[in-house]
Amino acid sequence: MHIVVCIKQVPDSAQIRVHPVTNTIMRQGVPTIINPYDLFALEAALALRDQHGGEVTVLTMGPPSAADSLRKALTFGADRAVLLTDRFFAGADTLATTYALATAIRKIGETFGAPDLVFTGKQTIDGDTAQVGPGVAKRLGLLQLTYVAKISALDLDNKTIEAERRSEGGVQILQTRLPCLITMLEATNEIRRGGMADALRAARAEVVTWSAKDAGVEDITKCGLRGSPTIVKRVFAPQARAEKATMVDFSDTPPADALIAELFKRQPKLETELATLARGY
Amino acid sequence: MGEPAKAETASGQKAAFDWADPFRFNDQLTEEERMVRDTARDYAQEKLLPRVTSAYLDERFDREIMNEMGELGLLGVTIPETYGGAGLGYVSYGLAAREVERVDSGYRSAMSVQSSLVMHPIYAYGDEAQRKKYLPKLASGEWVGCFGLTEPDAGSDPAGMRTRAEKIDGGYRLTGAKMWITNSPIADLAVVWAKSAAHGDAIRGFVVERGMKGFSTPKIEKKLSLRASITGEIVLEGVEIPEANLLPNVAGLKGPFGCLNRARYGIGWGVIGAAEACLDAARQYTLDRKQFGRPLAATQLVQKKLADMSTDIAFGLQACLRAGRLFDEGQLAPETISYIKRNNCGKALDIARVARDMHGGNGISAEFHVIRHAANLETVNTYEGTHDIHALIIGRAITGIQAFF
Repeated sequence: MHIVVCIKQVPDSAQIRVHPVTNTIMRQGVPTIINPYDLFALEAALALRDQHGGEVTVLTMGPPSAADSLRKALTFGADRAVLLTDRFFAGADTLATTYALATAIRKIGETFGAPDLVFTGKQTIDGDTAQVGPGVAKRLGLLQLTYVAKISALDLDNKTIEAERRSEGGVQILQTRLPCLITMLEATNEIRRGGMADALRAARAEVVTWSAKDAGVEDITKCGLRGSPTIVKRVFAPQARAEKATMVDFSDTPPADALIAELFKRQPKLETELATLARGY
Repeated sequence: MGEPAKAETASGQKAAFDWADPFRFNDQLTEEERMVRDTARDYAQEKLLPRVTSAYLDERFDREIMNEMGELGLLGVTIPETYGGAGLGYVSYGLAAREVERVDSGYRSAMSVQSSLVMHPIYAYGDEAQRKKYLPKLASGEWVGCFGLTEPDAGSDPAGMRTRAEKIDGGYRLTGAKMWITNSPIADLAVVWAKSAAHGDAIRGFVVERGMKGFSTPKIEKKLSLRASITGEIVLEGVEIPEANLLPNVAGLKGPFGCLNRARYGIGWGVIGAAEACLDAARQYTLDRKQFGRPLAATQLVQKKLADMSTDIAFGLQACLRAGRLFDEGQLAPETISYIKRNNCGKALDIARVARDMHGGNGISAEFHVIRHAANLETVNTYEGTHDIHALIIGRAITGIQAFF
């Protein structure tokens, strides 16, 4: 099995501070980290590899210094690292980024074996769009499972995967065919830590470094700033949700009874719907 | 200050400046060394920092830290992999010490003692059977070791030790007492130095194992420094040990000093970590704290202090790196180690005290860490050769005249 994990090097936002006199963001001395969401994707991939065998390739697009993040991923146990770096990639929005990453993943497939799975974090902490994972899947024609909390089953013989996807108000249990792309939710696992031996292995490992040409990019106008149609028109804070908490008075009845009575009062059809459902069993 | 400050280089180009790394120390490390440093830093920041305050307040050393460090490869960094070590160079050892001491000098002490004072003598002065018996379990942290040299009446003058070894049938009988021994109350074994009658009263090293009759290790209570590290005595009441537990390959004070040189070297690096933690804290605190309508960091008195701290740290770190490169080349003199042990400890202690002062009233709270570093560094400045004793080592080298007595 071959799994590709896409990661991104981002500034550690926890350590970014505003200068007290000039009110500008102090960029100096802010360390870079692997996008924290990507670590959940990486750990999920490593766990699947440990269970089913195979290899994990980590891929990132960024400046040459992004190799640091790849080496870190190698200390956690990734088998191979690919850095996509070229001045043509600079200033990419999500459309241009997905074009470059999808091209590189195709090249990775040709060079090291076609991936059965591609993992990404659900989003990055700097862009926060959550568009790159789905965009890569679309470009590669992969099925996609987003906001996955848990991989519950993987059947390599029948090429199927089952996952728990968290959606608003509940959990969906979904099954799909391989190859597919998965975006992992936060707090779904804990990244393993390597020791000194892993650090040395990572330091000695070669990071495969590809330019746009090496990766097989055919249309350079789809890369970087030139390939990025996004225009930021306005930046604003989202409006707070209007729902308010309701206080339920349970001074006369037990709390659960009072709560259920309140629910039925607000949704008059609920009781009959539940009764119909119950008769079905 | 949004963009890095630029300076003219000789070629007229602008060079970037990072206050946290003024001499581009980072660029002087190998990829391996950077990875070792990052691994140690991640562990220290993620696993040690969250528990240090409670450990310090409770005067508690969490024994499992030794297992964690062992699993990571922090114990016996320079010992060959055959014996469970990491087989790395002395710059890597120093970088690891700096990262651990960035959190607490007590945790670095535990690491130093196990690596330099217990594993090193067994590796350097022991025979193959001793290496195989002890080193792998010490490297993994399954066993904890301690080092017995200092005595109640023999500190800076270890030749004045009273602990004695008498020859008995099949081994030796040890009698005496050792004082201020890091990790002794939890140790599974102790490397003890004693004057051996059978060797013309030369100082010899012995491995004393837990459970041997007459061997006890009472804890020293009421410490107000290094409280996250456990310290005790070693009491030897006619402990009989087999011949196989004598370290065969060294005699005289050069045995313990060979160990101390390595530990002192690691301390030179370690205290830079503590000092850096204090500088970072003082910088952030004085940027955030506003009095008289502006940040404290906007005042000349504060900037002068920060500049002094940063300068001493940067110089100290460069000296450590040079010493480490010499060590790896087999060219590091003990006198050079005295320079970094003495000066870096003294400067780190000053930095921690000033950082405490810059934190105002908050500086006395454990929440802000600086007073813990300051209290710890009082010990670190004293143990493994006091600031003054190292001055005498350097002074003797300069003048050719010993002035110890």
